[in-house]
Amino acid sequence: MNGVAPSNPLGLLAELTHRCPLGCPYCSNPLALDARADELDTATWARVFREAAALGVLQTHLSGGEPAARPDLTAITAAAHDAGLYTNLITSAVGMTGNRLAALVEAGLDHIQVSIQDSVEASADRIAGYEGAFARKRELAAAAVRLALPLTVNAVIHRANIDRVGEMVDLALALGAKRVEIAHVQYYGWALTNRAALMPTRSQVERAATQVEALRAAHHGRIVIDAVAPDYYSPYPKPCMGGWGQRSLNVTPAGRVLPCHAAETIPGLQFWSVRTHTLAEIWHESPAFNAFRGTAWMKEPCVSCPRRARDFGGCRCQAFALAGDAAAADPVCHLSPDHTRVAALAAAREETYHYRHVALGA
Amino acid sequence: MSGETPAIALDSRPALPHGVRLTQSEAHGGWVLLAPERVFKADPIAVEIIRRCTGAATLAEIVDDLARAYAAPRERVLADTTALLAGLADKKLLELSL
Repeated sequence: MNGVAPSNPLGLLAELTHRCPLGCPYCSNPLALDARADELDTATWARVFREAAALGVLQTHLSGGEPAARPDLTAITAAAHDAGLYTNLITSAVGMTGNRLAALVEAGLDHIQVSIQDSVEASADRIAGYEGAFARKRELAAAAVRLALPLTVNAVIHRANIDRVGEMVDLALALGAKRVEIAHVQYYGWALTNRAALMPTRSQVERAATQVEALRAAHHGRIVIDAVAPDYYSPYPKPCMGGWGQRSLNVTPAGRVLPCHAAETIPGLQFWSVRTHTLAEIWHESPAFNAFRGTAWMKEPCVSCPRRARDFGGCRCQAFALAGDAAAADPVCHLSPDHTRVAALAAAREETYHYRHVALGA
Repeated sequence: MSGETPAIALDSRPALPHGVRLTQSEAHGGWVLLAPERVFKADPIAVEIIRRCTGAATLAEIVDDLARAYAAPRERVLADTTALLAGLADKKLLELSL
């Protein structure tokens, strides 16, 4: 079966900039960051949002880098809202003040997601590579609550904080969040570089999963706990992005449109830009979006696997990163011929973070 | 925890909270409920119930109105409406203020 573009993408991840004051070692941004001079301007983003809405996109996630690094963030938010999109700001809180947030709400912002690095301040700031970040997050969360803006706390989980999952849910509740994501690090971008410093042990992962179940029961009706599972220790791969080119589009700061944020790590894929094509052309016709739609690209063991319509062979980027072949089964799958390598990679240990840093003015 | 359906007081006034809204999408074949980083398809019955959750009407009034509009038995409407609203409230997609 060859893949046909589905007519209805749900989401648009708008990476407004790669600039960010934090240096989180698990950042999903690529190792080669787009420069400020190459960033799309306000008017182009406004056009992208209108094209996205016409294509059926319902929600846009204003992200980065740190979106607050864009001085025109209010105008960008207003443009997304005016296009009819549900607008979600994904921020580290650093660079975003209560006054600016009020202006965003006025412009039509629907929801805010604030990341936290840990429930312990010193550890949180160490992980972020930015002293004072934790305090800024508390302040911004309080501002969101004052503005009646719904708040999600995104807690990124890895070896340094995985034993404090309960404390992080407590912190999310104290901050006034209605939803918390317990998001295990996914190993792409900077996180892949830092894998040995971030990877928890299998028993830590299992303990955290049990804890999340207990926390859901304990906090039922008070806060929604969504978990993003770690996949190196699971027997089957994740249904990455709900299938390649099925649900969402990711626009980079410079305007390249990707099926997912790590897609540029796969060599040979041809990405089209919003500077030269409409979003509809890109969604339906761009070589990168069509590369892994359907099942015609699959090899064994995926071709004959009854789960192929459920998990789509896992993640293409991870297949390339771990097996050297983007059309191979995701090696986290126990049926993959490369699966034994995954356990060895998960067992590697290093204690030093390689922080990502890019100057705000760059 | 999730096995029981919690009762909703008949005099509570259900409303969609900030950040949750019902909207029509041709591309997605009808009505959808947009929420923080989630999208739910809403079937025609759900749409009729959710549209009435404005924070003005009580649950009892909403049920009366639906029973009248669809000439349906009140008990049945109450059960269906309560089940839907309780599910939404569990997901923090509905506020039940008194």
